[in-house]
Amino acid sequence: MDYIWNWGIYWEPVAAGGGYYWQMLLRGLAWTVATALCAWVIAVALGLLVGTARTLNSIWFRAPAYVYTELFRNVPLLVQMFFWFFVLPELVPSNLGHWLKRELPMPSFWTAVVALAPYTSARTAEQVRSGLMALPKGQWNAARALGMSTWQMYRLVLIPQALRVMIPPMTSDFMGVFKNSSVALAIGLVELTAAAQQMNEYTFQGFETFAAATCLYVGVAMSVNRLMSWIEKKTAVPGLIAGGGR
Amino acid sequence: MNDFDFGVIIRSLPFLWQGMQYSFQLMGVAIVGGVLLGTLLALARLSSIRPLALAAGAYVNLMRSIPLVLVIFWFFFMVPLVLQWVTKASAPVAVGPAMSAYITFILFEAAYFCEIVRAGIQSVPKGQVHAARALGLSYSQSMRFVILPRAFRNVTPVLVTQVIVLFQDTSLVYVISVTDFLGAASKVAQRDHRLVEMYLFAGSVYLVICYCGSLLVQHLQKKNNALFAH
Repeated sequence: MDYIWNWGIYWEPVAAGGGYYWQMLLRGLAWTVATALCAWVIAVALGLLVGTARTLNSIWFRAPAYVYTELFRNVPLLVQMFFWFFVLPELVPSNLGHWLKRELPMPSFWTAVVALAPYTSARTAEQVRSGLMALPKGQWNAARALGMSTWQMYRLVLIPQALRVMIPPMTSDFMGVFKNSSVALAIGLVELTAAAQQMNEYTFQGFETFAAATCLYVGVAMSVNRLMSWIEKKTAVPGLIAGGGR
Repeated sequence: MNDFDFGVIIRSLPFLWQGMQYSFQLMGVAIVGGVLLGTLLALARLSSIRPLALAAGAYVNLMRSIPLVLVIFWFFFMVPLVLQWVTKASAPVAVGPAMSAYITFILFEAAYFCEIVRAGIQSVPKGQVHAARALGLSYSQSMRFVILPRAFRNVTPVLVTQVIVLFQDTSLVYVISVTDFLGAASKVAQRDHRLVEMYLFAGSVYLVICYCGSLLVQHLQKKNNALFAH
């Protein structure tokens, strides 16, 4: 019994109905991209807040931010997905729990976004923190000497510079969120990997199926890479190492 | 919500421990195999032989741009067919998900370890390399006795961080129904309808183990900073 190749499989109709296999894979890709982009936007916002809080003087900001990063970094993403999907509805008041379980539209999608965002933001927060810490002490002192408040100092002086330094390490976090969205298949989201796995179960054409999924993921990774280096060039400040460096 | 039942955790501890042993084994095999293969890949990527460097680079970049879950599915499907082809058997060789997970993790994690080791090698000052060669050491001697030991020491914190990620990644074998720690917890959760207790417990255990790793990383970073401060 040898493997029978069939590269035309993408143009055959899905065994369970609902279009052709190429459509099934592209629909999966669309869910992957939608999940990853939603989670990424929230993760960057949360990461900026938490990462900044970790550099503040007051222990009332620093301690909760530390707990937040360690908590979301040190529990596997799959367990976090199960937590948001299975455990949270049982822990909240029963009306809300009922709504989460029965009435929330697109439950796997929203749960995946809600799980991915804090998980990713814990990593982003670390990048923000090390970006801020890498700035010369003089920047802090100069902002203070000009009479800026803490809010002004961060918003006008520190964050804009730190963001530029952070672009390269954040590129890999951004790619990571696309890859990590595949974990959502465990809570029933038919994103790209789940679509490929279903196609493999229907057709037994594993090579062709997984090769297509692999190419789509590589395409996504390359686009992210291009986008981030474009942003890096656009935002570069001439004369600074953070500004291009090449 | 129904009352919290700690009993279900106590009752299933032996089963969970079996799962945890598999998780640790998978982690151990992936670390040893991944670091060995990763070091070879790093040497290949830095090699002056162009085709070798390009091939290693292509492998590493490919592995790093696709999700582990997809790689797990790839190998779960492919390993039996490849073994059939290698052994000239008449049918695909049944290896089982636990076995194919070992192969998957070695090959996948090697790509990540490769990049860490490569950064380590590049962080060794050029003078050390020249000095080793000037002393008449061959390429493999200078790598083994001078460059790699220093490279590994420079990147120990990053290596440990990657091991923490790797340990968390082992939970993904859930997708091919291997009974690792999370797999065991999930089986008990579904059998006894105790999802809240089992998932909270599993999460806490991962948290404690990985947080200890995270503290170790912070300690190593301080030590390295002190070592290279001058």
